[in-house]
Amino acid sequence: MSVLVYSESEKNSFKKSSYEAVSYGKSLADKMGVELICVTFNCSNSQKLKNFGADKIFNIESQNSQEFTCKVYSTLLLKVIETENVSTVILSSSADSKYLGAYLAGYTYGSYISNVVELPESINPFIVKRSCFTNKAFSSTELKGDLKIISISSNSYGIFEKEGKGSQEEFKVDEIETNHKVTNIEKQSGSVTIADADIVVSAGRGLKGPENWKMIEELAGLLGAATACSKPVSDMGWRPHSEHVGQTGKPVSSNLYIAIGISGAIQHLAGINSSKVKVVINSDPEAPFFKAADYGVVGDAFEVIPRLIQELKAKV
Amino acid sequence: MKILVCISNVPDTTSKINFTDSDSKFDKNGVQFIINPNDEFGLTKAVWMKESNNASVTALTVGDISSEAILRKCLAIGADNAIRIDCEALDAYSVAKEIEAHCNEINYDVIICGRESIDYNGGLVPGLLAGYLDYNFITNCVSLDINSDDVKCSREISGGIETSECKLPIVIGAQKGLVEESDLIIPNMRGIMMARQKPLEVIESKDFSNQAVDKKFFKPEEKGEVKLINADEIDKLIDLLENEAKVL
Repeated sequence: MSVLVYSESEKNSFKKSSYEAVSYGKSLADKMGVELICVTFNCSNSQKLKNFGADKIFNIESQNSQEFTCKVYSTLLLKVIETENVSTVILSSSADSKYLGAYLAGYTYGSYISNVVELPESINPFIVKRSCFTNKAFSSTELKGDLKIISISSNSYGIFEKEGKGSQEEFKVDEIETNHKVTNIEKQSGSVTIADADIVVSAGRGLKGPENWKMIEELAGLLGAATACSKPVSDMGWRPHSEHVGQTGKPVSSNLYIAIGISGAIQHLAGINSSKVKVVINSDPEAPFFKAADYGVVGDAFEVIPRLIQELKAKV
Repeated sequence: MKILVCISNVPDTTSKINFTDSDSKFDKNGVQFIINPNDEFGLTKAVWMKESNNASVTALTVGDISSEAILRKCLAIGADNAIRIDCEALDAYSVAKEIEAHCNEINYDVIICGRESIDYNGGLVPGLLAGYLDYNFITNCVSLDINSDDVKCSREISGGIETSECKLPIVIGAQKGLVEESDLIIPNMRGIMMARQKPLEVIESKDFSNQAVDKKFFKPEEKGEVKLINADEIDKLIDLLENEAKVL
């Protein structure tokens, strides 16, 4: 038996969430007394995973896996799962990994569970804690089936350096036939994405107009943060839809979430409340966000934010 | 073209979340159920495709008789017919297996689910279904354009949008962007009256076993009171974030 981590990489480098998945995988493999296998695709840098506990590293190179598609990746991973007698697959919570998890489970008749926040409390039966009801509750869930697939919630486990055996092995595969081809990828360059950010600076209707976002961007720049916005702001076209966070927008699970001029409607909070520390800045002391936040400032954003920027600049 | 839209019956966002049966089941008492928001984006897109692709639209849910109200709403929004597979939706696996069994009898070209439900948040059913049926699969789908059996679609990825092409049949995980919130159809009186005439078929469950069992639900620890910082002493906020919360 063994534990497998699908280690997502982009242009030969790993994101924090990939290292977190490997760290989780290592702890689980140790707990089960088995080896940790890491699988990368078309990545020349996979040896790095040794420092986080990889015992065996397979880098799969093939033409049809240059871009991620869930069918090709599932087919290739299944080959490793069968050859290496894998019992548990660990994924991060990235868009691609969550996309892969459910399909892989269907394809292999395995069982998949997402939003996992801790190591399993028991291996046999396999019981693991996950968040549900948009973080308003947790569930201890028993997972049946021979192959178990887990995606871990971002920032829930942490990254730990631990040396593995790190043997790099070749895994020969044939080209997988597919009629699904990625034709274009458009990415905003330079800025931190909401999914990968440690800090998210988010603003709402309290900012009064799109022209006032300069200070939000400046603050985010100083903190190395991603910018986000509330639903009304994206609906009015002040900010792009891709910045909308909340129940129907993007989920946020950052270390620090700063909400400026956002009242904190329940649909907004549902999308952001797995963030660790929440700060609210709002002129209305009755805004519901104050009940959800850890730190609050009652004040006018147009006075508080420039002051905050000034203080941060003074520290640098 | 035949489109199946899978609908999940979920508690309204503002519902109080409580549990019953020694914390092993969600307490439905006094809870208002709605169409899962992500499913509703998908349903609206499907209704548009009735015209653009000459499609027929079937709305399906797996659940007991209490879930028929939302199916009637789907019919009022514009679905042509509705199907309820009669059983308690135990977990995503049994639900996906029930839907798969139905799809093996009636070959749909496009199956649309929401990317995830707002209650259990598993994001499982569309992916499982695509895997079981061995169909192409796109989740977090924000655009869909079908021409005979050629599909052009895009999905949200970390920090951007990816566009791809494939062939039917396909399973879609819908989300906002596929249609906008302002596009959602509010049924009018005529739609509601017509919905009463449309067929709602009840199919017997095949009783698949479940693969994930919620042993126990629990709520997060009560959060402490918010710490208020005077707007004139903003340096204190930075200090607290740095030294107390340790997030800077």
